[in-house]
Amino acid sequence: MAYQPDRSQYPQPGADGKLDIDLTSGKYLKLWQGPQHPGITGNMAVELTVCGDEVVEGKVHVGYLHRGFEKLMERRTFIQCFPIVCRICVPEPDFNEYCYAAAVEELAGIEIPEQARWIRALILEMGRINSFLMYCGGQAGSYGMGVISQWTTYVRDLMLDRFEELTGARIYHMFILPGGVRDTLPEGFAQRMEETLREIEITMKDVYETMYCNAVFKKRTVGLGVIDPELLDSYGVTGPNARAAGVAKDVRKDQPYLIYPELDFEPILGQDSDIYTRADLRRQDILQSVDLVRQILAKMPKEGPVMSKLPNVLHWKIPRGETYIRGECSRGEYGYYLVTDGSGFPRRVNVRGPSYTHAMSLLERMIVNINIADVAGLMVSLHTYPPEIER
Amino acid sequence: MSIRDLLSPFTAWKYLLKNPVTIPDPLNDRPGSARYRGFHKNDNEKCIGCGTCEAICQNGAIDMLPVKGTATQEGDSGLRPRIDYGRCCWCALCVDVCMTGSLTMSNEYKWVESDPDAFRFTPGVDEKFWDNAELGYQRPEDHRLVEAKRVTMEEMDADTRINSFAEIVNGYSIEQAKLEADRCVACGICIATCPTHMAIPDYIDAVREGNYERGLKLLYETNPFSNVCGRVCTRKCESACASRHEGEPIAIRWLKRHIIDQVPFEKYREIIGEPDAPTGKKVAIIGAGPAGMTAAFDLVRMGHEVVVYEAKAAAGGMTRYGIPEYRLPYDALDRDIELIVSLGVKVHYNTRIGSDIAMAQLEQDFDAVLLAIGLQEGRQTRIPKSEHEKVYRAVDLLDKITSEEAFELPHCAVVIGGGNVAMDIARSLARMQKQQYDQVDVVVTAMEDQQHFMADADEIKEALEEGIIIRDNCGPQGCEIDESGHLIGLKTWKVLSILDENNRFAPTYDDSDETIHACDTVIEAIGQFSDTSLLGEELTEKLEWNRGRIDIDSNGRTSESWLWSAGDCVSGPDVVHAVADGHRVASSINSYISSNESSIDKQS
Repeated sequence: MAYQPDRSQYPQPGADGKLDIDLTSGKYLKLWQGPQHPGITGNMAVELTVCGDEVVEGKVHVGYLHRGFEKLMERRTFIQCFPIVCRICVPEPDFNEYCYAAAVEELAGIEIPEQARWIRALILEMGRINSFLMYCGGQAGSYGMGVISQWTTYVRDLMLDRFEELTGARIYHMFILPGGVRDTLPEGFAQRMEETLREIEITMKDVYETMYCNAVFKKRTVGLGVIDPELLDSYGVTGPNARAAGVAKDVRKDQPYLIYPELDFEPILGQDSDIYTRADLRRQDILQSVDLVRQILAKMPKEGPVMSKLPNVLHWKIPRGETYIRGECSRGEYGYYLVTDGSGFPRRVNVRGPSYTHAMSLLERMIVNINIADVAGLMVSLHTYPPEIER
Repeated sequence: MSIRDLLSPFTAWKYLLKNPVTIPDPLNDRPGSARYRGFHKNDNEKCIGCGTCEAICQNGAIDMLPVKGTATQEGDSGLRPRIDYGRCCWCALCVDVCMTGSLTMSNEYKWVESDPDAFRFTPGVDEKFWDNAELGYQRPEDHRLVEAKRVTMEEMDADTRINSFAEIVNGYSIEQAKLEADRCVACGICIATCPTHMAIPDYIDAVREGNYERGLKLLYETNPFSNVCGRVCTRKCESACASRHEGEPIAIRWLKRHIIDQVPFEKYREIIGEPDAPTGKKVAIIGAGPAGMTAAFDLVRMGHEVVVYEAKAAAGGMTRYGIPEYRLPYDALDRDIELIVSLGVKVHYNTRIGSDIAMAQLEQDFDAVLLAIGLQEGRQTRIPKSEHEKVYRAVDLLDKITSEEAFELPHCAVVIGGGNVAMDIARSLARMQKQQYDQVDVVVTAMEDQQHFMADADEIKEALEEGIIIRDNCGPQGCEIDESGHLIGLKTWKVLSILDENNRFAPTYDDSDETIHACDTVIEAIGQFSDTSLLGEELTEKLEWNRGRIDIDSNGRTSESWLWSAGDCVSGPDVVHAVADGHRVASSINSYISSNESSIDKQS
């Protein structure tokens, strides 16, 4: 059941704007999904009010993960912020590193070497593949297909191996720092990456057969959780969620950064904007990113510096200024708003993670009228990572 | 929905026939990658305990602590980084910023321990099983967070500078100074090494900030000869600088000079502040060199009446009469002296203690007396025929050049000695020869080989550029004199060794390898000594001596309670040591005369 614009049959808002739900009437039940619940994406909770098994109201609760990154950064020098930012989004940390580094570089007037730009794009695409693989497992899991997540976890692990040999770490890579990247590609990296990419393609084929060509999955997802294309702008919906509604929103194309103009790709679009379309679009996105990684490895310069000269980072001061740097992460537009005041510390950092809009305002709207059993699937289909909601 | 959608999911069954992908024994079968940022390693021998890793760690995971078996020494704080793995995030910024490259990481990532405190450890000191791991994160080549190269100091080229005594070094522009100051990691190892413990990282910070008045205040807190030291300091600090390990040391001396150059002299007094209220105590200082004048600076600011007696016509001691103008222009020295005098120090020039005023008189008239007479007499080689009138001591000639006293300029000079004084006299004579005869003919001969000369490498390089010939491994054996009594050369033998097995001076020569260096003048620049005849027989007898030098305690006080001694005459030739000595004795004199001790001594 999709959201019914005719609200006459549902509880009406009272004078305070809240829905007039009389819990003593026995008609309604409060149900918490999360913060500890297998059907929730990370540490957040949805407080559901259900009538029968239909949701009439959903409130999203966050705060379980609040670590105050933005504030922490105001007390750290520009280089000291670099190891922190990746923690803002655990499954796809590299966008934080990239956006932060690019913002600092812009305000400090630093140009990064050509090879570093390619390596950055390579890392971002590798991270995108991993993020989508994780999503696939989660989406399948929310419909009871646990085995899919085991397959995707395996290939994601192979990609983590590639991350490990390139960056020296598996999850928090801490490789893209202001000024460039830490190092060049290790010997034989392209070859091993090709093997990993092939493995991913094979696994995705199996995933396609078992998940996307699956009567149960189709039955439960086609036509469910439709995002009206007219809502996209007012709710700030970006990335695959918007593209599944047929709107070509992709920062890599709209405001190209790094070396994306030199890569050959077109944003993948869907039409129906339901859970199935979004899931299928992300599957195709994985394959597109696999292709992009191949393109990058083929086209990138193989020599030259990867790091620009920085001033002494221990007392690095950046002139007064402000900027907003954006990039297309696996969930949509990721952005860093950085304000500097001429001191050695950022005056203000604001992180725009797509999860905030998708998991809070959009979810609260979409969750109304659906079945309790579909809440998890819907939530996962919006692809949210709670840590970036509460920076 | 199709029939395929019903059947297709069953293809998952094929995984039943596949091998599991899980690693059966991940604790042993899965080493970290070659670049893995695993557990820390530290090369304890290479580490200098500069604490830059501690400064950059955003988690506060690193503490610099003393460790057993590692002593504090010049250029090494003796501290070592202890890492708390409860806080560490393995970002490796500590490795990236490490000034010596001693801190690295292994590719080891598994460590099981029942004691949680074990995870706070000092790499390289506490033995760990990964200490010898070959793989792991090391700072990639060219990946530096701190600039390694020094900003080049612009200098006058050899062809221009040989024509005059004009200062060679131009000094940094504001932009250059800021760039150079930016390289400093403010570890402070230099402070411990500097004899007078100047607040080096702080004044370098003042350069970065462009706050030169703060910089000047910091300089004068520890060094009233900042004009001099900004130009000719022996800069022990730079040889201890953390930046020298993987690059060039910070140009600390030139940054000091930069501060001096930026602040107008009229402002000095205001920045330095007024002396304290008068105490009514009187101190006499013999010798207006760096040690004496530093003590005078301190004592007069403490409110004591200070009278300085100087045998020469101007103050500055060896910095004026020894160091040539092209290295230290007189106006720079004059600024330091003028400032000290302006604080109320009385200086009696051309007054020689011993002949003009007796020591006994000073003892009677003053609460305390400081002897800071320096090393004014040049040592002689005493080789055969060196008593010839055309054999000079370098210090005497340098004195004549400064005093503009006439002497017969040699057409061809041979200098004996390989220290800075030898270079000073050789380069000064070269300039005068160029001006008067339009050609340079100076030879420097020294017993050491050129790599082991006592002179600064810069001095040797510049001397060579100016056309001076340097002949090393030459042991002087005698002067050559012709029948008419003219000096015609210096005979030397090739030196085989200088020190014996006990490190005592006992040169051996190859007498078959003899060279006659033709010349009309020989200049001995083999060291100086102190003329203490001013003390008078009675006092000389009373004082305790140590190998020809007046014996002093750690505060510079002699065996006579009213008499202190400081500077070159007790601690050897060096400006910044003399300044440090000056501070030390001033503080000792102050505590003596501020207590009742001095009045009791006087009564007895």
